[in-house]
Amino acid sequence: MKKISDLDIQQIIGWVLRLGVIISMSVVFIGGCFYWYRHSGETASYSKFVGVPDFVHSPSGIWNGILTLRGRAIIQAGIILLIATPVIRVLFSLIGFLLEKDWLYTAISLLVLGIIIASALTGHAG
Amino acid sequence: MSVAVLTLIVLAGSYVAGLVGSLTGLGGGVVIIPLLTLLLNVNIHYAIGASLISVIATSSGSAAAYVKEGITNIRLGMFLEIATTIGAMAGAMLALHIQTSVIAVIFGVILIFSAFMSLKPKKEQIHPPKSQWAEKLKLNSSYPVNDQTVSYGVQNVGGGFFMMLFAGVISGLLGIGSGALKVVAMDGIMRIPFKVSTTTSNFMIGVTAAASAVVYLQRGYIDPGLSMPVVIGVLLGALTGSKILVKASSSKGLRWVFAVIVTFLAGQMIYNGLNHRI
Repeated sequence: MKKISDLDIQQIIGWVLRLGVIISMSVVFIGGCFYWYRHSGETASYSKFVGVPDFVHSPSGIWNGILTLRGRAIIQAGIILLIATPVIRVLFSLIGFLLEKDWLYTAISLLVLGIIIASALTGHAG
Repeated sequence: MSVAVLTLIVLAGSYVAGLVGSLTGLGGGVVIIPLLTLLLNVNIHYAIGASLISVIATSSGSAAAYVKEGITNIRLGMFLEIATTIGAMAGAMLALHIQTSVIAVIFGVILIFSAFMSLKPKKEQIHPPKSQWAEKLKLNSSYPVNDQTVSYGVQNVGGGFFMMLFAGVISGLLGIGSGALKVVAMDGIMRIPFKVSTTTSNFMIGVTAAASAVVYLQRGYIDPGLSMPVVIGVLLGALTGSKILVKASSSKGLRWVFAVIVTFLAGQMIYNGLNHRI
């Protein structure tokens, strides 16, 4: 097998990012269609901060919402996929550096992933 | 306002924001937040949440194209992401505790600074490697210019890292890419070629925004009904902008017009913030 180079990693990262954006935006768009179909006549107001509806605020709520074709649950799933895209990109860089045996940058990629995970875990606290 | 009307207005406004953001190099976030808060009376927390999501979409989309051209310095990006993600996490936490009017004022100040930075002429600079740290961290690299490979050195690694920490805090606090601050760190402090700094900054923005988005998501700042038209509109606007940029060679007059508009918006944000209307 040919040795993996920086250029290969760049190509792979480019594809990961492109696919992530295309997939997540499609999901957001589909969810938007359902949301429009079911709620377009209702009144919307965002002037006061009241958080988000319960069914889009937990993984189980979003999952149930997708199964019952609730537009906002599908949109939120698309948004989570979009947020995951750059994180998956870091994961692929990590694998790339690992295959190149670049231990310093394997460690740096791990550190960046760790910070994002820490941020996710402390989201409710702070 | 009905969901239908609001969605269409936000979609159209976000398209314009994405277009302007891409043409000026300011990014869609800095235009969409004043639009939502000043014109549509959207709470700034929702506006920041929606903007942050659109920032991830546009930066990932354009980074995909840049990265394949081989201009992006991936090692430099990864290394500085340590600073921006720590900063972004801190910024998002901070946003939960400080008053919205204070956020509005900080936003206005950063907006004026970004507009000013977008007017500064960009000079391509190539410096030979001399920093020990850059050598140890393998940050010195090369990039293609007209079929030739040009090598460059990275300087003042510590200073750049510190500036990136600040850029991360601002990004997490305001829900923008803070591209202008990243360019200060890379062009001004680390002295790397302009083309490399722009693409590398873009490469880092997605990861930085993701680090604060995970906090916002759990806090209920990211509303799907509002974020949907924002993210679709900004992304389409940015795509149109990149198509126009390829055709138009010089856009100096355009930059001035936008800088004046953006400065006006910034003034409104500061004024409303000081009067506690936001």
